[in-house]
Amino acid sequence: MAKLGKISGGDLVFKTLTGVCAAAVLVIMAGLFYELFRLSWPSIQKFGLSFFTRNEWNPVTQDFGALSSIWGTLVSTAIAMIIAIPLSLVIALFLVELAPPIIAKPVGYAIELLAAIPSIIYGMWGLFVFAPYMAEHVQPFLSERLGFIPLFTGPPIGIGMLSAGIILALMILPFVAAVMRDVFQMVPPMLKESAFGMGSTTWEVTAKVTVRYGIVGLVGASFLGLGRAIGETMAVTFVIGNDHSLSLGLFNPANTIASTLANEFAEASEPMYLSSLVELGLVLLLLTFVVQSLAQLWLRSINKGMGA
Amino acid sequence: MKQRPATCRLALDAAVRLLSGLAAVLAILMLGWIMLEVARKGVAALDWNFFTKLPTPPGIAGGGVANAILGSLLVTALAVVLGVPVGMLAGIYLAEFGLHTRLAAAVRFTVNVMMGVPSIIIGMFVYALLVLPVGHFSGYAGGAALALIMLPIVARTTEDMLGLVPNTLRESALALGAPRWKATLGVVLRAAKAGLLTGTILAVARVSGETAPLLFTAMNSPYWPRSLGQPTANLTVTIFNYAMSPYDDWQRTAWGASLLIMAAVLAVTIFTRWSFREAKQ
Repeated sequence: MAKLGKISGGDLVFKTLTGVCAAAVLVIMAGLFYELFRLSWPSIQKFGLSFFTRNEWNPVTQDFGALSSIWGTLVSTAIAMIIAIPLSLVIALFLVELAPPIIAKPVGYAIELLAAIPSIIYGMWGLFVFAPYMAEHVQPFLSERLGFIPLFTGPPIGIGMLSAGIILALMILPFVAAVMRDVFQMVPPMLKESAFGMGSTTWEVTAKVTVRYGIVGLVGASFLGLGRAIGETMAVTFVIGNDHSLSLGLFNPANTIASTLANEFAEASEPMYLSSLVELGLVLLLLTFVVQSLAQLWLRSINKGMGA
Repeated sequence: MKQRPATCRLALDAAVRLLSGLAAVLAILMLGWIMLEVARKGVAALDWNFFTKLPTPPGIAGGGVANAILGSLLVTALAVVLGVPVGMLAGIYLAEFGLHTRLAAAVRFTVNVMMGVPSIIIGMFVYALLVLPVGHFSGYAGGAALALIMLPIVARTTEDMLGLVPNTLRESALALGAPRWKATLGVVLRAAKAGLLTGTILAVARVSGETAPLLFTAMNSPYWPRSLGQPTANLTVTIFNYAMSPYDDWQRTAWGASLLIMAAVLAVTIFTRWSFREAKQ
């Protein structure tokens, strides 16, 4: 930069200092993997792959297989995605294409607030307000109408997999909707106007032009939501019921990796118990790492492609 | 393209319009539902004792969460002291020195990924580093865990905000003979002040509602926080413990604490966004 004039010593110090802080981020990330791997090694050695295929969680006999936690994480995340992705898509559509600015602005604002509410507040509301509502109104209705599907079975007590999935959906919705809104806004107006000019309706323009143009970004947005849903802890811990048994019925109490950790980690005193819980944490870290990385790569390619 | 009758197309369009409007209304209704319930149930628990007294055993009236309020403030303050400077310097590196270096690309990627690492995993990591070797939970560990959560957020915001500063400002400062560090600290940072402040405050708001990373670090305590070297009471873990207890009065206190946290986080979020928008105009 400053080729003329003398290079000040202060510059070297400052640049090194900022560089060290930046590199610290890499060290921390590596440290995360290293520490979790180190602590979970006894469990990895003892249980091997059976840790993922057996559903045996017995702190007394020190026998651990984490199938139900992993299954619960996948199922609750899937419920959240099935609800949140279409909702986010139409909300983003509403904000960008349909609503006049005077409405879009406060709605956008409200959705930002939904993102700002802490997880534990969702947990309180979920346990004391939403779960009783599910038990009284939604679950009896579902089991009456759709009870022949094994998914909609189980005790209608409100807390369980389905309630956790719905609250997760509500929590990731603002994040996914925000990114989708940005994606919609990036579509060149010329493209949309051409389609409108040919006589397309708003929905046709959205489905055939906007979504197709921004599909990479929309997938990236979904991945961001996925990454959040997988690791969400407190809200899920409050409403999922924390039960280590496996079942297909979504009304049943269940657990996820994060909820198991939140409930049991502080009390785990035996080394193998602790090690198994850390191994669960390692699985969660790997899952989110992969999902987040994919989301990054995806969203980066869209930014390059659109020059934004 | 196959031809479809216009009425059918228009009907589909109207249906989607209606649906998307309903989805937006649904999101707002849920927000309203959550805020109203927390406010209604929380207000009932707020009184003078709530803010000034130590917790009491279940069934004994007159308890409060004063120690947890203080503890939360202390742990969050520690997180700011640890996390903000490092995060900002990392952000400065990304925006000012390492725009196109390989280190910066790796750090940028890692920062984004780290923002998505579940906070409970961060708590576990800090447990392994600061709790396990010492043998007991501590407020320091809690602060460190929150700092690690703030770090990538602050770094990312700093980079974004410095990126908005026009290059002509940097060039002017350098042309006057200022060394790079002076130009960065005195001119670029000052130009981005409003944005940096907003980003930092939003990061603080975000971590002050965190619970999971404190579960195995600061833990909780029924006493005043005498030293951060001990398990330290804090509001969010108190909410968790009280809400999961079978006692009515503890659950009521949990609602009070929830209202306090929610009101604080939302007020700070709304205020900073609003004042940032004012400042930009």
